[in-house]
Amino acid sequence: MVLNNIEKLLEKYENGETTLKEEQVLKNYFTSDTVAPHLEIYKPMFAYFLGNQQEQFTKDVPLKTKNKFNYKWLSVAAVAVLMIGFYFKSTTQNELGTYEDPQKAYNEVVKSLAMISTQFNKGASTVGYLDELNKGTATLGYLNEIENTKNLIFK
Amino acid sequence: MTQTEFLNIVMPFKDKVFRLAKRLLVSTEEAEDATQEVLIKLWNNKSKFEAYKNIEAFSMTMTKNFCLDKLKSKQAQNLKIVHSNYQDHKVSLQKELEAKDSLDWVGRIIADLPEQQKMVIQLRDIEQYELDEICDMLDMNNTAVRVALSRARKTIREKLTNTHSYGIK
Repeated sequence: MVLNNIEKLLEKYENGETTLKEEQVLKNYFTSDTVAPHLEIYKPMFAYFLGNQQEQFTKDVPLKTKNKFNYKWLSVAAVAVLMIGFYFKSTTQNELGTYEDPQKAYNEVVKSLAMISTQFNKGASTVGYLDELNKGTATLGYLNEIENTKNLIFK
Repeated sequence: MTQTEFLNIVMPFKDKVFRLAKRLLVSTEEAEDATQEVLIKLWNNKSKFEAYKNIEAFSMTMTKNFCLDKLKSKQAQNLKIVHSNYQDHKVSLQKELEAKDSLDWVGRIIADLPEQQKMVIQLRDIEQYELDEICDMLDMNNTAVRVALSRARKTIREKLTNTHSYGIK
């Protein structure tokens, strides 16, 4: 009998032992119009389960595609900047001009080298004061003597 | 992975995620936020999709954890007043009322169940997952799921019988 079968299924159902198929049978039975009076209790339960399957999620989900910064292009940009730099540099250098006459060029070089050496000497002479400093630190060496004698006394 | 590919994977179970979230969080708005959060997390981790055996089960687990965290957090506790308000605007036509009322009872009974039983009932009786899948999603063993399911079903039946015979709870 159908009713007998349903009752058995219900018992299994309450013990959590029914398969999905058997549960479907129960759902079909309880949503039909011919439910036995003493089983009416179960009707809202199964109706609720079925009704709840319909609910849907309607909200939009903002899926952002992340724009990852590509470091490859950074190097390309750097190279481009360097190229432009070199280009402008080379064009401006041309405008400095050169000496046509080798003798004149030689004189100019000698003149600038002489200037460099005099300036350098001036700088180097002031470095001489460092000697004084060395002397000073040398005299500080006597402090060691004091330290030694102090150690002798206090030991 | 493009957006459309992602949506093709996610579409079939996004409603299930939403319903599970709603079962746990009660209010529709909260559940919508939770679903959104879960989907965005999936989207951000889409590069790891191949590593997961079952994305659907994985998402359900994620939803479960997310919602339980939400319930534990202070924010959810502050919102409780709003949660109980949400049913008010549903009161509608007299005819539908009676049928709907007993359905509402089922909903209320389920809402009173412990979280675990709530989830098991949701996943089994509403979403119709196999027991093994539920074990996977909830990180429980087979017997524990069965026991939780059985207890939940019995509780629902008992409470329904009570409300039916007494009329008033």
